[in-house]
Amino acid sequence: MTGGSTTGDDGAKAPSSGPQEPRAAWPLWEVFVRSSRGLSHVHAGSLHAPDAQMALRNARDLYTRRNEGVSLWVVPATSIITSDPDAKDQFFESPQGKDYRHATYYTKSEGVKHL
Amino acid sequence: MSEANASATRITPGNALRPEDIALLDTKPSDAVAQYALWLGDDALILAQRLGWWISRAPELEEDVALANIALDQIGHARSFLTYAGRAWDKTEDDLAYFRREPEFRSVHLVEQPNGDFARTIARQFVVALYQWELYSRLVGSSDPTLAAIAAKAVKEVDYHRDHSIQWILRLAQGTDESRRRMIAGLKLTWPYVEELFTDYPLVDELGDAGVRPSTLREPFDAAVRAILVEAELEPPEVPGSVGGGRLGRHSEHLGYIIAELQVLAREYPGASW
Repeated sequence: MTGGSTTGDDGAKAPSSGPQEPRAAWPLWEVFVRSSRGLSHVHAGSLHAPDAQMALRNARDLYTRRNEGVSLWVVPATSIITSDPDAKDQFFESPQGKDYRHATYYTKSEGVKHL
Repeated sequence: MSEANASATRITPGNALRPEDIALLDTKPSDAVAQYALWLGDDALILAQRLGWWISRAPELEEDVALANIALDQIGHARSFLTYAGRAWDKTEDDLAYFRREPEFRSVHLVEQPNGDFARTIARQFVVALYQWELYSRLVGSSDPTLAAIAAKAVKEVDYHRDHSIQWILRLAQGTDESRRRMIAGLKLTWPYVEELFTDYPLVDELGDAGVRPSTLREPFDAAVRAILVEAELEPPEVPGSVGGGRLGRHSEHLGYIIAELQVLAREYPGASW
């Protein structure tokens, strides 16, 4: 490689190796593949591309070469807002112990059919 | 292929004709059809060998994979064409790929031209892909059912190669001053080898409806090229054509080195597999 990020985890870092002029790395894109009709798109990985159309083509080359998909989405990685891993407690612990949010918590009333 | 049986573990997609199937065919091509299959197979084989050089050397990892995919598609086409050609002379695809000498190759000069920089490779890809698409989209109507079946599989793949090269032509031509300069230089270095693609050698007269007359592809090729170059705000280079002669086994100095690298392992260790 002649510099530039290719690993997918340091998209914003400027390349530093080599004697040539440093150049900006291509932006990072997240790829979603739908494996067949009726299923939803599933996150497959990420890639670098100079623009959206090239991202779509790179996704085709990188993530569907073994017949994995019938449809592709690419999304700029910067457009994805993620939950804060350090805020796991206040985000995700609350439902624990609240069994009444599951249908199975409730007993069937007498005389109710077709449940 | 029906979507129901599509899965990530399936290796051979659909009902496409594979070289292994062609090797088992009952029918043998005529000598003329076999020679014609050699033309098309050698173009694909030499181009694939050239493109393989880019693996690990492309501007980005993603482009390594894109060019490698294109090379692998071309090897697939070469395998089918050479297997079919070999049926006429009781030779395998490997006999033809690894044990012919330079003057026995029938590829055009275009595919043996050096990779140069990325823009020059894109210029060569652009010409090859547009030419192959015009060719294969007509060869699907061949009176020879095997050639028609190979073309039917190849035309879809080449359609993608066409798109890949066009996307890059547009971006390099309209990117920076440097990328535009390189794109113009790449097209200029490639253009002398365009004319040879459309030359009707005497073999064409023996093919009847089995082959496609190269000269008939010139007009649609020129129209397709013009449309893209206008969009990219480029001019078709005005350069004289090269001497050509690849279909007759007369090659430039580049082919010898390419086939030396292609063949060395098979010749050093006959029957080797890996």
